[in-house]
Amino acid sequence: MVTAARQPNEGEGALQISKVEKLFVDPAGTNITALESVSLDIRSGEFISLLGPSGCGKSTLLRLIAGLDVPTSGSIALDNEVIDGPHYFRGLVFQDPTLFPWLTIKKNVAVGLDARGILRQKEKEVDEYIQLVGLSGFENSYPYQLSGGMAQRASLARALVNHPKVLLMDEPLGALDAFTRMNMQDEILRIWKSRGTTIVFVTHDIDEAIYLSDRVVVMTPRPGRIAKIFDIVIERPRSRNYPDFFEIRSEILELLHFAEKNKPEYYL
Amino acid sequence: MLDTATSAKESSTTSFNKKAVLSESFFADGWITVLLPFIFIVLLLAEHILLQNRQPFFQKPYFSWILAVFVVIFAAAGVGASQYPSFRAKFLEKAPLLTAFTGFLIIWDLVTLKLALLPLPYFPSPAAVVAVLINEWETLGISALYSLRLLLIGYALGALIGLPTGVLMGWYPRFHYWVNPILRSIGPIPATAWIPIAMVAFPTSFTASIFLLVLACWFPITVMTWSGIANVNKAYYEVARSLGASEFYLITRVALPAAMPSIFVGLFMSMGVAFVTLIVGEMLGVKAGLGWFISWAQGWAEFSKVYAALIVMSILFSSIITLLFKVRDKVLVWQKGLIKW
Repeated sequence: MVTAARQPNEGEGALQISKVEKLFVDPAGTNITALESVSLDIRSGEFISLLGPSGCGKSTLLRLIAGLDVPTSGSIALDNEVIDGPHYFRGLVFQDPTLFPWLTIKKNVAVGLDARGILRQKEKEVDEYIQLVGLSGFENSYPYQLSGGMAQRASLARALVNHPKVLLMDEPLGALDAFTRMNMQDEILRIWKSRGTTIVFVTHDIDEAIYLSDRVVVMTPRPGRIAKIFDIVIERPRSRNYPDFFEIRSEILELLHFAEKNKPEYYL
Repeated sequence: MLDTATSAKESSTTSFNKKAVLSESFFADGWITVLLPFIFIVLLLAEHILLQNRQPFFQKPYFSWILAVFVVIFAAAGVGASQYPSFRAKFLEKAPLLTAFTGFLIIWDLVTLKLALLPLPYFPSPAAVVAVLINEWETLGISALYSLRLLLIGYALGALIGLPTGVLMGWYPRFHYWVNPILRSIGPIPATAWIPIAMVAFPTSFTASIFLLVLACWFPITVMTWSGIANVNKAYYEVARSLGASEFYLITRVALPAAMPSIFVGLFMSMGVAFVTLIVGEMLGVKAGLGWFISWAQGWAEFSKVYAALIVMSILFSSIITLLFKVRDKVLVWQKGLIKW
């Protein structure tokens, strides 16, 4: 049934982030540099993770891509068109599912189509996406009746039904227990493969980032900037205890000053 | 069930007949509770008929007739409870209340009609009030309808003005800037304080009362709608915008439903104030309605009519609140843990 999920056009969904800077003014009146000169090219159809400790500006960068905030300087473009506000081209999934509690699951998933006034033509797709995320049978449930993992699936379907060129996910699995979380990681990979959408995935979980991504962008705080970008060339499906995993993991930990160099026994 | 079985077994060992076995097993658990309404209503009817009146009472014995009907009903309920376990459970739940209410009627009847402990005309007997309800049902009914008309028009208009005022205040800071001072200064004044001005500013007492009701309802609904809209989780807007929602969509399909629980609090508060304003308005100016009926009856010192009007008012207003709760349960079905009315 995945066939109905049309692939975005080839070459769509590439992001150009150039020299983005974001300043916040805190209540005391001093400037805080959330992002300093961040440049990054995200390829079409790529699964990229923004990884780092809290305060590194990864969520800020995601909000800028979403168009919910405006960069202080620099620019972000989607397929060479500068972003100047939210658009359904860029779908959002938060850590909190933020389902509309007054709507049933089906109506929640349909909000994107309804808001754009094309629900009547595409009503069939709502059911297809509910099926895609494995929520068949819960169409008429209200969000309070769903578990955290199910709510997050619904939130994913709600973003996907609009055929976004880019899917922006801000720690989408952060509130889930470890097992649901691993389950959902595979689920996201499955959907990403079938849809081919570019995914920007914010996380503070190193294993999650390595397991999922084509590239892991490691960011460091104060001021928020990109420390290093790791290419993960491990074949999919990946094994969670693959030896190469540990190597990349130790490198990232060193980078973030959580581990000393050349001590592989640390992991054994 | 176990109790029933053992008691039945015990009974069969002795020489009780079948009927006795049945009633024993039925009375085994809470039989006195099931029978109490019947016992009390018989007591009430007996004391009402047998004791001598110490107060004048020249009405037809409607009260006795009604009590006789209830003697039959409660007896039937007792029998029904012995036959149908599901009805028994329901009746067991209601029986203490029915008993207490009947007991209250006994005391009321004793301290007024039978012992004349309370002075007339201020404290008439239940029989006198029932007689008014039956004799004057037409006047009471028409008064209730007049009250209902005034209430619904005023309430609906107040809600229709208050809702958009609250939405605009919650959505547009500029609108809030200009309207907030008006809301803050005029809102807290009880609407009934405007009666002297309303009576001269409006052509009829009816339109004056509508104005008062609108004013009374407008304030709580506006405040609760405004605070509901202002407290909506901002993430809802962000998600909706990233899904392609326009501003109109955000207001009507996100902000408004999200604020609905708060709006209903305002609707309930408004209904309470509306009842007060309605009755005071009718007592002071309008020449119809239950409020008018009460002050008119008071003028003739016919307090049995006052009590009768109070009973009608209780039924009317309680029904309206129940209806509002039903609407809320329907609209807010997505909310967990709603209180039941």
